[in-house]
Amino acid sequence: MAEPVFAPWADPNEKPLIQFKGVTKRFGDFVAIDNLTQDIFAQEFFALLGPSGCGKTTMMRMLAGFETPTEGQILIAGQDMAGVPPNKRAVNMMFQSYALFPHLSVAENIAFGLKREGMPKGNIDDRVKEMLRLTRLERFAQRKPHQISGGQRQRVALARSLAKAPKLLLLDEPLGALDAKLRQQTQFELMDIQEKTGTTFVIVTHDQEEAMTVASRVAVMDEGRIMQVATPAEIYEQPNSVYVADFIGDVNIIEGTATPEGKGYDVAWAEGQRPFHAETDKSFSKDQRCFLAMRPEKVAISTDEPEARNRVQGKIIDIAYLGNLSTYHVELPGGTMMKAQTANTRRLSRRALTWEDQVWLSWTDTAAVMLEG
Amino acid sequence: MRRFALIAVPYAWLLALFLVPFLIVFKISLSDTAIAIPPYTPTLDISGGWAAIKGFLSELDFENFVWLTEDDLYWKAYLSSVRIALISTILTLLVGYPIAYAMARAAPEWRPTLLMLVILPFWTSFLIRVYAWMGILSNEGLLNAFLLWTGLISEPLTILNTNAAVYIGIVYTYLPFMILPIYSALEKMDDSLLEAAEDLGCSRMEAFWLVTIPLSKQGIIAGCFLVFIPVVGEFVIPSLLGGSGTLMIGKVLFEEFFNNRDWPVASAVAVILLLILIIPIILFQRNEQKAREAEG
Ligand SMILES: Nc1ncnc2c1ncn2[C@@H]1O[C@H](COP(=O)(O)OP(=O)(O)OP(=O)(O)O)[C@@H](O)[C@H]1O
Ligand SMILES: [Mg+2]
Repeated sequence: MAEPVFAPWADPNEKPLIQFKGVTKRFGDFVAIDNLTQDIFAQEFFALLGPSGCGKTTMMRMLAGFETPTEGQILIAGQDMAGVPPNKRAVNMMFQSYALFPHLSVAENIAFGLKREGMPKGNIDDRVKEMLRLTRLERFAQRKPHQISGGQRQRVALARSLAKAPKLLLLDEPLGALDAKLRQQTQFELMDIQEKTGTTFVIVTHDQEEAMTVASRVAVMDEGRIMQVATPAEIYEQPNSVYVADFIGDVNIIEGTATPEGKGYDVAWAEGQRPFHAETDKSFSKDQRCFLAMRPEKVAISTDEPEARNRVQGKIIDIAYLGNLSTYHVELPGGTMMKAQTANTRRLSRRALTWEDQVWLSWTDTAAVMLEG
Repeated sequence: MRRFALIAVPYAWLLALFLVPFLIVFKISLSDTAIAIPPYTPTLDISGGWAAIKGFLSELDFENFVWLTEDDLYWKAYLSSVRIALISTILTLLVGYPIAYAMARAAPEWRPTLLMLVILPFWTSFLIRVYAWMGILSNEGLLNAFLLWTGLISEPLTILNTNAAVYIGIVYTYLPFMILPIYSALEKMDDSLLEAAEDLGCSRMEAFWLVTIPLSKQGIIAGCFLVFIPVVGEFVIPSLLGGSGTLMIGKVLFEEFFNNRDWPVASAVAVILLLILIIPIILFQRNEQKAREAEG
């Protein structure tokens, strides 16, 4: 039996939990958020990705009630949030700077919000214990924030925001200071919490892998605008712009001019070279400037000339060994660099390719995404 | 060796400017008053050798301390000093905290100016400032003239030479000592803590009580001690602004010293005053230590 796919954004009858309606935020002359319109649905795990300073924290702070939009409207559960103070919103935020209370112990920090709610003492203790266990902080419960490590502080901040089990949880880089293993565990814990409680998460992260792992949808931002919102797979496989393609993961971008051919276009990319072919639904006029975006793992590398329509010869300039994968940097005729990635299924010593080797790169007609730039 | 030198400097300072004078005062407090220069006996003459020192020591006694317990003027003065110091510390806190808070919340470019304004009164002589208060508070003074002019009162209020004037004088004089430590604690506070408190369900007022006040606690304690300790021994303000009913140990000490020329009793009063103050001074040191540890 197939599980129903969770995609409320595709359902026109679904009511969004959060609505940004033409929201602009200016600090003086500086536009931090630029006419942003976006819906986020209940029980989503919505990830914000983008370079430093693109306005992720500002978006969160507007949701939490610490900044008011200069223009536009923010609705939560259909209610206009203008003038609603932070303590009256069913929203909890984990601060990028943690903002732990230095005069309170770890346990007291976590209990802070619960006490304000007037929860009975016994229940508070239980809840705090649960949060401590979840974030693996049991041993540090009685310490003050300045007596624990950076990663531990981050976990306290996370535990404190989770404790109240709010309807909407805003996490501003919640796992950045954790080591890879703990980060992965915590990601799964978060997804677990999300599944159990149905909390809606909006999460800022600099870690794409994290966004890909946890998010139901990913929004890629740049300079106060959302460039694309889509599921992790869509964002990765079908970026809508060179910016998004380049921002998410590793990619080869090849510039050229389009000529209609078959189900797609031939792209002329260098003088005297066979054009590359790419299938696409988009339409380009003849000789229109376009870009091909290709993931390195979709580019095959071989010593013998392959059969594929898209093939090109080049010289290995560099090999990056990543353990499970190797990335080959290959120089094409005309100086264009291209990356090809292969899984290291064999031991290092037995692989045939090395520096300065002449190799063939090839890919299928559907491997490359055609973009307008 | 360098370590030793570093520690030696403050200890030498303490020895020269505190311990030695204290021992001299303590010695005088064990002497008897005499009509002589200096006005007490015995005086030590080291040239007389060991016998002279022995003779000198045998003449010292605790008579003056016994005397302090016999005349109730003294303990009443001590008690009243402590009471006045306590009340004025609380008043100074009530006035100083909002000022420090407003300063810490002011735009960063304004803060140095505001700090300057708080320290500015120190640029004029303390005595002149207290005299100025006499001019303000007297029956014909500025305050009464103003109140009469507004019609709020029909007869001048008697403020000068009462305890009220003493409180006004103390609060005015010691306000900077309260403001500065509280300001420095508040200024260090991260605004995002207040946001976090609000985010977790506090109103602005609750966030103030649960976050701002606890985080400025060290500053409050430091400020209170910085006011309380010197005010207990305060002499100028009660003698200029206070009346005959204002009983403070500083005044008693002064009178003993200059009016009665009874140096030994005055010294005994001073020694007891110091012993009384040692407790808050130690508590103050503890608080400072704790503050440093918390920051560490
Ligand atoms: N209070 C403020 N006054 C002026 N400018 C601000 C203010 N807060 C944020 N900005 C500016 O708005 C822009 C967006 O800031 P924001 O904190 O949202 O970035 P971010 O995407 O969270 O970045 P990072 O990934 O580094 O945390 C930045 O250029 C920042 O300098
Ligand atoms: Mg940020």
